[in-house]
Amino acid sequence: MLKVSVAKSFEGFALDATFEAPAGVTAIFGPSGSGKTSIIRAVAGLLGCDRARISLDGVELSELPPHKRNMGYVFQDARLFPHMTVLKNLRYGGMHDEEAVIAVLGLSALLERYPSSLSGGEKQRVALGRALMSAPKVLLLDEPLSALDGPRKAEVLPYLEALRDQTSIPILYVSHDMGEVARMASRIVVIDQGQVALAGEVQDVLADPAAVPFVGLNAAGAVLTGRVVGLADDGLTKIETGAGALWVPGAVGRAGSHARVRIPAQDVILSRSAPKDMSALNVLSVTISALEHGKGPGVAVALQAGDARLLARITKRSCEAMKLKNGDQVFAILKATAIAPSDIS
Amino acid sequence: MTDWLGPAEWTALWLSLKVAFWATLVSLPFGFAAAYALARGNFYGRQTLNVLVHLPLVMPPVVTGYLLLLGFGRSGPLGELFENLFGLIFAFRWTGAALAAAIMGFPLMVRAIRLSLEAIDTGVEEAAATLGASNWRILRTITLPLAWPGILAGAILGVAKGMGEFGATITFVSNIPGQTQTLALSIDTLLEIPGGEPLALRLALVSIAIAAVALIVSEVLAQRVTKRRAS
Repeated sequence: MLKVSVAKSFEGFALDATFEAPAGVTAIFGPSGSGKTSIIRAVAGLLGCDRARISLDGVELSELPPHKRNMGYVFQDARLFPHMTVLKNLRYGGMHDEEAVIAVLGLSALLERYPSSLSGGEKQRVALGRALMSAPKVLLLDEPLSALDGPRKAEVLPYLEALRDQTSIPILYVSHDMGEVARMASRIVVIDQGQVALAGEVQDVLADPAAVPFVGLNAAGAVLTGRVVGLADDGLTKIETGAGALWVPGAVGRAGSHARVRIPAQDVILSRSAPKDMSALNVLSVTISALEHGKGPGVAVALQAGDARLLARITKRSCEAMKLKNGDQVFAILKATAIAPSDIS
Repeated sequence: MTDWLGPAEWTALWLSLKVAFWATLVSLPFGFAAAYALARGNFYGRQTLNVLVHLPLVMPPVVTGYLLLLGFGRSGPLGELFENLFGLIFAFRWTGAALAAAIMGFPLMVRAIRLSLEAIDTGVEEAAATLGASNWRILRTITLPLAWPGILAGAILGVAKGMGEFGATITFVSNIPGQTQTLALSIDTLLEIPGGEPLALRLALVSIAIAAVALIVSEVLAQRVTKRRAS
């Protein structure tokens, strides 16, 4: 368990954040300039703070200089050593698990090259490998994908997911991309203007209508977890979730494997009656558990479906016309095609 | 071939190389330290250090030589200190010529190294720290290798200045053949002797050749570094 409590005043901005991160991926989520990077720089010891208490499994680390903290740090811009080959870069912090790291990250063809000849995605993979080979006790990832374009992102993301599934150390994953967070993280700490606005399991926080203002209207949406049932002949995959069966486009994992599907709140349609003669494939019977009126024309509706939770964003006008209130039984309708492949992992 | 220059000129040439070599070698660590402090440091007195380092560049060389004479002459406080501590005497010795060359070349050296230090992305040094590298290891394995082209350029400038230094040298340690009469001083002496001009011209050609070779060598070395990184 990593415990973090840091405070520092900047000009016109105060950072004051306290949170915990168990083994696994904890996302540090927030808009640009909210202080996410400052937080993990403080954790790594790269940022001097007015107050810093950082402990790992009960051992206080805040007094140690950065090089004694044993934290792997992957920077947004990779920061490879330009005068060293990839292999020398990798070995700089140690040679822990060298063969496995090189194999898993697909680096064997790059070892003799210099960083200037690598693509952005390759650089980021090397940076990740370099951090891993130093056998860190904590891994800090500072928007490792944000400098990459779509295809390069898709190239690195599977490596990060493999890493998440294989390591048992706390990983802090800084991101402002909710899609990435929903795929990667099991816990989330939402940072707003230097403070912790919300923290908890990703599923709980994302299904909480109170989170919508912090997460952003377009990024809001709950995560459903379930098991893959199988791929149908017409190219749709059936996933059995706590909320019921869900059809999603494309092939997703093997039958029986674990799947997470992010359902963007703005893609959920609510209906009083069971819809019929309709193209949308996924209709879930749900109960309204909370209504949160926003500042604009929208209403965030929290939905309980079996043991799972969903979030819908509808207009105030619809809400009033349908006379929605807490405890109402309604139907949530999801277009299968509204679920993007990047929302499934 | 040896007739091309007289024995006195060969001595002057050899002495110049010796003076420039030692002046550069000994001042290089100090030059790096000063450049590092100016490039990275955030301390009280940084501006004062900056001015001190650059003073020899703007002061009349005669004044620098005179100050050296006051400080490092046999009865000067620093001269006495060095004599008592290390048995090192500067006054009217080739060591004094080397000291004058080092002081005069210092601003040029510091400037070149400082520019290369400022061009280094300090982010990679941070990355090294997170990988467990101590400050000393970062300096040795990251900062120094990355600043290497600038250090090389600074050293070349130091050598060039050392070969050509005139005003401070002649004021501080005078013009003693075999002891403090370097190439520049030798050329000056020859120009004052009737019939010395052809020899002075040859010495001038020699110093031009040395300067050119030094520049070419540094270019080649620097290019090799950048080429390797870009490949």
